[in-house]
Amino acid sequence: MTTMAVEVLERADMGTVFKIARKELKGTIGSRWFWMWVVAFVGLAAVLVMIALPSSSINGHAGFGRTAASLVTLVQIIIPLMGLALGALSIAGQRESGAMRFLMSHPISRTEAFWGIYLGHVAALGIAAGAGFGIAGVLTATRGVSGGTGPFVWIALVSWVLAVAMLGIGMLISTYAARSGAALGIAVFVWLFFVFIGDLGLMGTSAATSMPVSVLFGIALLNPVEAFRLTALTALSGSLDALGPAGIFAVDTLGDSLGIALFIVLVLWLAVPALVAWRRFVGKADL
Amino acid sequence: MITIKTLTKRYGDAVVVDDFAMEVATGESIALWGPNGAGKTTVIRCLLGLVSYDGEITVAGLDARKRGKAVRSLIGYVPQELSFYDEMVVQDLLDYSAGLRGIGTDRVDEVVDQIGLGDHQKKLVRELSGGLKQRLGLATALLADPPILLLDEPTSNLDASARDAAIRLLENLRHEGRTLVVTSHHIEEVGMLVDRVIAMDSGRTVTECAPYDLAEELGIRAWLHLITDADAATRAAAVLNSAGFNARQNSKGVLVEVSAQQKGKAVAALHSAGIEIEDLEVWR
Repeated sequence: MTTMAVEVLERADMGTVFKIARKELKGTIGSRWFWMWVVAFVGLAAVLVMIALPSSSINGHAGFGRTAASLVTLVQIIIPLMGLALGALSIAGQRESGAMRFLMSHPISRTEAFWGIYLGHVAALGIAAGAGFGIAGVLTATRGVSGGTGPFVWIALVSWVLAVAMLGIGMLISTYAARSGAALGIAVFVWLFFVFIGDLGLMGTSAATSMPVSVLFGIALLNPVEAFRLTALTALSGSLDALGPAGIFAVDTLGDSLGIALFIVLVLWLAVPALVAWRRFVGKADL
Repeated sequence: MITIKTLTKRYGDAVVVDDFAMEVATGESIALWGPNGAGKTTVIRCLLGLVSYDGEITVAGLDARKRGKAVRSLIGYVPQELSFYDEMVVQDLLDYSAGLRGIGTDRVDEVVDQIGLGDHQKKLVRELSGGLKQRLGLATALLADPPILLLDEPTSNLDASARDAAIRLLENLRHEGRTLVVTSHHIEEVGMLVDRVIAMDSGRTVTECAPYDLAEELGIRAWLHLITDADAATRAAAVLNSAGFNARQNSKGVLVEVSAQQKGKAVAALHSAGIEIEDLEVWR
């Protein structure tokens, strides 16, 4: 008899999932590197707030909106890298150290292990994003600024969604990589692609090919980092200039539907990589 | 209790377990013995459902592939070394493992006492010695009071004192009637721990025998270096050669070839002849 699938899908016990998630969260927030990320994010957020607040407006934003606008650029660089790195190291790292084999020697299913690890990291990313936005919010409030708290909270939430989407992509990488070093390397490349090469590549493609601009901008909107940026900036209702060419094109083309389209893009990036990673982990031949 | 039939495991083109079969009765203790790379640990990983495999494994009548959770609930697994949760506090690790098995804290305290970890509960795992880490691994495995224990090289990386303590602990568990599967490449310790040995090499069963027959079955020899003065060494070599041993004198004493599990016979032969030795070393 020949069988490759190791485990037949068994119903997940949510109690077990949460026990694993709690341990993962505790392990992550107990690690030095996690706090290095948080301190870097919080520190840069604080500096940006201090710089941004004295000026009269940023692209037309005021109050908390001004703070939020100043944080968008920071978030779109730091948060994806944090989510990707955390995800990339999760499964490959535990496999490499032997922790995964120890965990899976318990009477738990792979489904429970996967979602436990995932949720633990989701919570850790929530703490990181909460710390960054929380400190920035406190600094803004202590300077007597008010108004615009709605978009500020919304952007904080969307930042978390971006982080979790990147976590899923990182975990997907992690299920394929044999070593944590390789997983991290691929994660950094993916980060560069989304944050830098994606836009530069599209500009280059635009110049070098006769691909219609609508297709190029459409592809740009599929980039989760770009989807985050546009979601955040449209929430602030500031000047359209800040949206950039892809954003202006999106506003022109989609109008009021833009918010829904961006929401769908982010939800897909949130769900699809994580679900594929889960299926891959459950069907993985060897842990 | 455990039945393995036609188990084969491949990593790419490499066959690490090749048509392996094993039957372990309830309460029996067996050792998978063999050199590094023989396939012992892979068999354990297949049993736990950690790797895919071809063949059939059942534990207490349950298919290990289809009923992985149920099978693992019957098994306590002790890995070679608990080095991966270094930053965790011992008590937290035990509570975590107990939680995953649905066990309360009363049982954790009971096992901590049984294994002798009482003074180390608040330490970080990385602060434990090799012997204590081994005990911690055993403690996590015993939390659910499982009928089956899988021990992967339980005495590797331990010094002599810790090894002795571990063997005594395992002997007690064996006498409690648990089913024990131990992997080892130490020929001396399998005799102390198990009823039966399956010797493996290159993923296949080489022989299956009682533990004290293993060295004879496989022709495993060792050299004893018996240290004594020159006169005694001359007489010792003569006595040993006439007793059927292959012995020769050297500058420090006498070298004698013995069965790896019957080293005492050479010493006993010298003792009977009234020859005292000062020291001895085992050479392989």
